[in-house]
Amino acid sequence: MATPAPRPAPPPGAAAATPAEAGLSPWREAWHVFRANKAAMLGLALLGVLVVGMVFGPAAYGIAPFDIVAAPFTEPFTDPKVWLGTDYLGRDVLAGVLIGGRATVLVGLAAATVAVSIGVTVGALAGYFGGWVDTALSRLTELFQVLPSLLFAMVLVTLFTPSLTMVVFAIGVVAWTGTARLARAEFMRLRQLEYTQAARAMGAGPLRLMLREILPNAMPPLIVSATLIVGAAILFEAGLSFLGLSDANVMSWGMMIGSNRRNILECWWAVTFPGVCIFATVLAVSLVGDGLNDAFNPKLHRR
Amino acid sequence: MLKTVGAVLRRLALAFGLVLAVLALNFTLIHAAPGDPAQVIAGEMGGADEAAMASIRKAYGLDRPLPEQFFTYIGRSLQGDLGQSYLYNKPVSELILDRLGPTILLVLTALLGAIVLGTLLGVLASRRPDSIFSGAVTVFSLIGYAMPVFWTGILLVILFGKVWPIMPIAGMRDVRMMGAGALANALDVLHHLVLPAVTLGLIYLAQYSRLARASMLEVLGSDYIRTARAKGLGDGAVTFKHALRNALIPIVTIAGLQFGNLISGAVLVETVFSWPGLGTLALDAILGRDYPTLLGVLTFSALLVIVANLLTDLSYRWIDPRLRGR
Repeated sequence: MATPAPRPAPPPGAAAATPAEAGLSPWREAWHVFRANKAAMLGLALLGVLVVGMVFGPAAYGIAPFDIVAAPFTEPFTDPKVWLGTDYLGRDVLAGVLIGGRATVLVGLAAATVAVSIGVTVGALAGYFGGWVDTALSRLTELFQVLPSLLFAMVLVTLFTPSLTMVVFAIGVVAWTGTARLARAEFMRLRQLEYTQAARAMGAGPLRLMLREILPNAMPPLIVSATLIVGAAILFEAGLSFLGLSDANVMSWGMMIGSNRRNILECWWAVTFPGVCIFATVLAVSLVGDGLNDAFNPKLHRR
Repeated sequence: MLKTVGAVLRRLALAFGLVLAVLALNFTLIHAAPGDPAQVIAGEMGGADEAAMASIRKAYGLDRPLPEQFFTYIGRSLQGDLGQSYLYNKPVSELILDRLGPTILLVLTALLGAIVLGTLLGVLASRRPDSIFSGAVTVFSLIGYAMPVFWTGILLVILFGKVWPIMPIAGMRDVRMMGAGALANALDVLHHLVLPAVTLGLIYLAQYSRLARASMLEVLGSDYIRTARAKGLGDGAVTFKHALRNALIPIVTIAGLQFGNLISGAVLVETVFSWPGLGTLALDAILGRDYPTLLGVLTFSALLVIVANLLTDLSYRWIDPRLRGR
């Protein structure tokens, strides 16, 4: 009996070529692509540094951001006690920079959660049920799209109370339309696929189909869109607190810039450093978002 | 032709429906806000005594049943009556029309500059996607997106207010120009426009260059471009005549969709540069608790966005002949 001929060896280099062939789950595969993306890893590292600074910085530094610690308009790098200088009231800029990210990032994350929840719910119902449900929800989405989002958020915060909860709610209410459109398209596409039909034939109800069958497969693009919304929500929070429309008792980067607005020519440092922090945070989040986009949609990698 | 007219009429009807929905939302907001609607309309200026409140209730029909109030409100608004500002003691519509010009000037300058320059940068970057220039466009678009617009403005104010004072950093006109001629005045406004328009335009420049690059790369990979090249057409003709026309479609779409964001950005930019537009009007209205003016600005900006969306929709039909019948 002849022994079967050995299978031809795979060409060198092909063995470890794609992670998919190595039998990885889609999530691990995405992580592999993400990890190879230098810009995305840089964003992740930057984000890590910023978060560590926000979490441990204020306690380590020990000076409260609203306290008046030195003469107003102390220039940066001149007095070792107030290393980044003081603002027009004599408050320590470094103390504000360290703690000011907490409100900005927490509000950004919470508002993005609200926005994504509204968006996914509206989009899922419109895409899954179609018909008049779709028409009604699409018109609703259009209504929220024509309202200039910052102005609408300003109106909401002004008419109700300017607390952090209200700011979160206001940003969430104005930022969900993009996610809704995306979720609608995904649900429309996935509900027609065979695996969904099969689940329906086995007796799964609409709720189960939407949550257990369709949603998991719609996740990758939704996660990318959620990351982008976090970046936008952080910029939103900064804008609202710059205008003085956030909680006046919570220090934030936008508020530091806003409260020193009248004195920018006398103390550039009090507006420059918090601005650098907002910029770095949004940049880090969008680099991570771009990395996730490439990782989840390898076909679009060239973009 | 008839089909096109029908499509346009349908779009107009939908746009009108949206206007009604915006008004209905405003009405809901006034009544959902904590406190008496008359108080909301009078603003919390403290100056409104019982007699003034009674006259507001009567003028707005607030003593009437809710559905009747609703229809009165919609009817008045559709006739252009957006109420009375108690802060400026003027009709809101008059205040808005005064401030409309500066905002439109700012927004359109920024938008057109960003589209033209951004498309150009994107097209140039797409011709050699791996070059340093192309990489620079990508980095620039990331930076432009992440800069908070009010901060960019402030940095420019510091630069041109302190370091290199060749540009005015606040307002729209120089008071010393009062007696000068029309041309000198126009030039003065343009001079004041430079920094606000650059600030607002930069974010969109960043986005359009990225979008144009991606869109061009996609189009340049398609079969009809290969055909055009095979016919022996030059690089310039292929890029600008064949590819760009198709690549423009997503750019125009985004430009239309972003008009609302542009107005939001203008609110911040106007605040930084004390530009006398709708944004500063809205902020002053907030600080003065002048709710009719604030809601009027919201309504009117929504109207601007609806008009911009309509124009975008029509310009599609012009760019893309395949859509003309729909």
